[in-house]
Amino acid sequence: MAMAGEKGRGRLLVIAVPYLWLLALFLVPFLIVLKISLSQDVIAQPPYSPVFDIAGGWAGFRDFLSQLSLANYGYVLSWDNEFIAAYGSSLVIAGVSTALLLLIGYPIAYAMARAPKGLQPMLLMLVILPFWTSFLIRVYAWIGILSPEGFLNQGLAALGLIDQPLEILNTDLAVYIGIVYSYLPFMVLPLYSALEKLDGTLLEAAEDLGCTPFKAFWTVTFPLSLPGVAAGALLCFIPAVGEFVIPDLLGGSDTLMIGKSLWTEFTVNRSWTASSAVAVLLLVLLVVPIVIYQNIQARQLEAGR
Amino acid sequence: MAADKARTQTIGAVRRTFAPWNDPTATPLIRFENVAKRFGEFVAVDGVSLDIYEREFFALLGPSGCGKTTLMRMLAGFEEPSAGRITLGGQDLAGVPPYRRPVNMMFQSYALFPHMNVWDNIAFGLRQDGMPKAAIKARVEEVLALVKLEPFARRKPHHLSGGQRQRVALARSVAKQPKVLLLDEPLTALDKKLREDTQFELMDLQMSLGMTFLIVTHDQEEAMTVADRIGVMNLGELVQVAPPAVIYEQPATRYIADFIGDVNVLETKVVTAGAEGVELASEKTAYPLHIAQPLDAAVGDTAWLAIRPEKMRIALVPPAHLADNCFEGVIWDIGYLGDLSIYHVELACGTRIKVSQPNVSRLVERPITWEDKVWVTFSPDGGVVLTR
Ligand SMILES: Nc1ncnc2c1ncn2[C@@H]1O[C@H](COP(=O)(O)OP(=O)(O)OP(=O)(O)O)[C@@H](O)[C@H]1O
Ligand SMILES: [Mg+2]
Repeated sequence: MAMAGEKGRGRLLVIAVPYLWLLALFLVPFLIVLKISLSQDVIAQPPYSPVFDIAGGWAGFRDFLSQLSLANYGYVLSWDNEFIAAYGSSLVIAGVSTALLLLIGYPIAYAMARAPKGLQPMLLMLVILPFWTSFLIRVYAWIGILSPEGFLNQGLAALGLIDQPLEILNTDLAVYIGIVYSYLPFMVLPLYSALEKLDGTLLEAAEDLGCTPFKAFWTVTFPLSLPGVAAGALLCFIPAVGEFVIPDLLGGSDTLMIGKSLWTEFTVNRSWTASSAVAVLLLVLLVVPIVIYQNIQARQLEAGR
Repeated sequence: MAADKARTQTIGAVRRTFAPWNDPTATPLIRFENVAKRFGEFVAVDGVSLDIYEREFFALLGPSGCGKTTLMRMLAGFEEPSAGRITLGGQDLAGVPPYRRPVNMMFQSYALFPHMNVWDNIAFGLRQDGMPKAAIKARVEEVLALVKLEPFARRKPHHLSGGQRQRVALARSVAKQPKVLLLDEPLTALDKKLREDTQFELMDLQMSLGMTFLIVTHDQEEAMTVADRIGVMNLGELVQVAPPAVIYEQPATRYIADFIGDVNVLETKVVTAGAEGVELASEKTAYPLHIAQPLDAAVGDTAWLAIRPEKMRIALVPPAHLADNCFEGVIWDIGYLGDLSIYHVELACGTRIKVSQPNVSRLVERPITWEDKVWVTFSPDGGVVLTR
């Protein structure tokens, strides 16, 4: 009996650690942000009210609750402000980027998975290599490439292909280039791991039964790589929606993205409460694709893969 | 029952007379001509020449790694031969992709599509041919019934047992009714009863559809049961091709004799050799050994006498008129198998030979028992003399 108790406690500990971790580093901060989003701006320290004070006791707590309001959500979701447009534009930019990433990442991952086994570790290394340089520096480097007097324009001019420099920097196009470039490893790696697991005899079986290699790809390879597609798409889509650095550095003043709006709300308007509301709404918005992903995963699990 | 009888008669009639390999005017359906396959330095298949005829049920036997699967994969189109050529119905198959070959293969690893259920797996090949929906449905149902998997049609492969998966793989490969069906160890995961049933189903299928079967198996009994001819492979070479009875009774080499069934192989010296028979002498016995088999060998040559356990008689007293073909020894061990008993007889020189005797009576105490002195005899046509 004592042994069983010991064992039960050990198991409890093992389960408790990740839960405590999530509680301390995810749930608690989220609740703080949620609380701030329901508060009002004041010129004070901290710059919002009410402040929860344990000394107030039960009455103080009820008073605290009564002061919370959804006013900030009304502000963020009002058509007069740019937030709704920014959410929409972020979703579009992230969606298009994810589609581009899939189009570019899939062939790369496929080629890697089909490369000779001895070559694959090196190819993987090449995909991971950019992480050795700071993300920020790599995005700055794109400014040097895309600016009117940058490498790209100089190169094209030297080749005689253009006589006017192309306007790329500070446009949405630069944002797409930046996102696709930065997120490519996050697309390629899950795709590669899904494609690499694929049993080659399945393709042989498909061909044996009369499929051309092209058709075998669409009937066997692609469906079996869908978990990788879903994982890669989410790994790119979710952070891309909230992306701030890339639109800030490469995008133009009219590039609308929610990360940038949040930044402006926080630093320029100095509204902690409204920016918290933006953040909470963004989270709610992203829960939808995560739930879809979970559903796909559950289906795949049910299918045993 | 009447149908069963009719079936046996048709199978019997066809099989009794089916021997196109003896007919010089018959053209083979499949020809391997000096086919070799190398993987780097390693020679997996080494100069195989083999003709397989239409409607033949051909079995490949051989130890693990001898190149059976490789030979099949070359016929299916997954490997190109390093040398030689393969023709099917007179057409050279070099460069013809797998999806254009009228050949279907059942993979040793099954290769079932994990994202499709049993039904879709079986229908896969039919859909590629653009068969009408109703015809596909009928065909899939027919094949499902054949492998007794109707209740599992909607299951995904990993929710099936190993034997069920194997049957799905079999069903998928026969569904298209290809001209040539390649089966790589198709029945290993099935229990004895189901395996025997399926063997007969396969033979039936082959009869009714006129398909040509090439089957790889490790089960000699299975090869003997289903095959018109057996090819024995070793180290990438085809060492003998013959009908089952010939392989068993007249193996070409000691290796084949040993590989197929149980056998005693004794080294001997040729005393006389001629068209009527051979006389051999062995250190293992004082008696001369006479074998009714023409042999082309010189006096004093080494030859091996291969004799199967069931071809010998065992007795506690010397038989009357004993003059030749006898071993004297002591019972070293007895294995009781129910239908027969295997006697391990130790000869004076220490060599042990195996003799099997059917247990014709229900006597519980055996007349012959441990450490009895016995005389083991055999008739001149009981053994085979091998020179290789
Ligand atoms: N792609 C390959 N590369 C290198 N060697 C190979 C390859 N395929 C097969 N071989 C080798 O060729 C030999 C024959 O293989 P094969 O699969 O034909 O054997 P098998 O007779 O089917 O054996 P088993 O009865 O175990 O299935 C083996 O030694 C194997 O290691
Ligand atoms: Mg094999």
